[in-house]
Amino acid sequence: MIEAPPKEPRELNAPDGVRVELVSRGFTTPRGRVEALAGMSLRADAHELVAVVGPSGCGKTTLLELICGLQAPDAGTVHAAPAALMPQRDLLLPWLSAIDNAGLALRARGASREEARRTAAPWLERFGLERFEHTRPSELSGGMRQRVSFLRTLLAGKPVLALDEPFAALDAITRQEMQGWLAHVLAGEPRTVILITHDVEEAVMLADRVVVMSPRPGRAVAEIEVTVPKPRRRTDASVVELRERALAALGADT
Amino acid sequence: MRRALRAVPAVILVLALIGVWELYVDLKGPTFSLAILPSPHAVASSLYHDRSLLWSSFLVTAQEVLLGILAAVVIGGALSVAIHFSPTLRRATYPLIVASQAVPVAVFAPVLAFWLGFGILPKLVVVAIVSFFSIVVTATAGLDAVDPDLIKLMRTFDASRITTFRHVELPSALPSVFAGAKIAVAVSVIGAVFAEYTGSNSGLGYVILVSEPQLLVARAVAATVILSLFAIALFALLALAERMALPWAYGPREERAA
Repeated sequence: MIEAPPKEPRELNAPDGVRVELVSRGFTTPRGRVEALAGMSLRADAHELVAVVGPSGCGKTTLLELICGLQAPDAGTVHAAPAALMPQRDLLLPWLSAIDNAGLALRARGASREEARRTAAPWLERFGLERFEHTRPSELSGGMRQRVSFLRTLLAGKPVLALDEPFAALDAITRQEMQGWLAHVLAGEPRTVILITHDVEEAVMLADRVVVMSPRPGRAVAEIEVTVPKPRRRTDASVVELRERALAALGADT
Repeated sequence: MRRALRAVPAVILVLALIGVWELYVDLKGPTFSLAILPSPHAVASSLYHDRSLLWSSFLVTAQEVLLGILAAVVIGGALSVAIHFSPTLRRATYPLIVASQAVPVAVFAPVLAFWLGFGILPKLVVVAIVSFFSIVVTATAGLDAVDPDLIKLMRTFDASRITTFRHVELPSALPSVFAGAKIAVAVSVIGAVFAEYTGSNSGLGYVILVSEPQLLVARAVAATVILSLFAIALFALLALAERMALPWAYGPREERAA
């Protein structure tokens, strides 16, 4: 594959990064052709957290599936280290306990149930779920389910985590808690993260860089570096200012 | 206690129906009761006096039904999996599977007797054929209904097709398999009776067949009552097995209410 010269010359931190170059991807539906992405570019270096914000239906999920290798682009190139997906809905298996759901990726690679549990158990403890190891998803709270789902993605052992609106379904208070929690976990377990979100504040709170997408067909219309040191506070002047910049790039009236 | 209370409406309805039935037959007179439709008390009397014949016949029919359903679940389940993996096989076999349900048992039962003799084997085949359809259709639908996002998720975990099937598709299809088996229970009992009509000398179907020309209508109805109770018992047993095997398919609140 040939890589187009990047707009700003910057070395791709090769093995663990993600580089999406001028990618287009469309689908044929019963109502005709839909272009999800047209000329979308995105770069994430190793251990960087890049948030992607955009209006509904701008092809964000398609972008993640391209990064995870679940789809191939119609045009353009996708270079990405192996990526594990955390889907929008938690998609925990209802018949498995929290610990077995968390270890699903290990079992998918052939580990025995006991091996998977041994690996997952200390993580459940770290995630504050030690008392819920044997609880089924239907009896976990929304925040706990998202933590199990995230742990399942983390234990896949891939350098890239592709998170698809992980906290969108949570209530406002739980969402804030989970954002703080995610920042804390990633500080101790650095990965390259592509975080899809429609919440601009979430993007600015968590990301090293925020990529703003246009309405469908989606492409990057703005890229905002977030250099505010972590942990960040929602009320910091610099956070508020970046949030306003991102909203302005989205075309929202503020 | 609450569980027992839930049975009250069904018991009242059955008792009311039996009352209407008794009244109707009594009004029609003794000839009607003897030759056409026996009264409930005549049926009850037959259930008591013919109990050893009915019991030994029941054992024969029950064996046919149970083994036949088992065969249908094993073969139907395997076929559903094969159909799930092969669109070509689906297109090739689905019309035949539907057709298998439309062919009246009375038509192919003699052929089976000709091929397989008068023992239990042709009865098993009939029971399996009539219950096969609901099992294949529901199991295939269950396998097809698996959330495609789950399959994608497993792919990002590098799961092989077989691993995804084992960990995701098979467990999520199990409730459908149980639903299919429950439907199969009722038709399989009818299947066994028809199979016994064509070439047998035992079983409840045989009892019905030989009782009617002998004007032992009450005995024929008694055999039918046993068949119905057997179908209800099998259905309840399957429902219980489902709750024990798939507790996750029932919400915690429902579990408490049960």
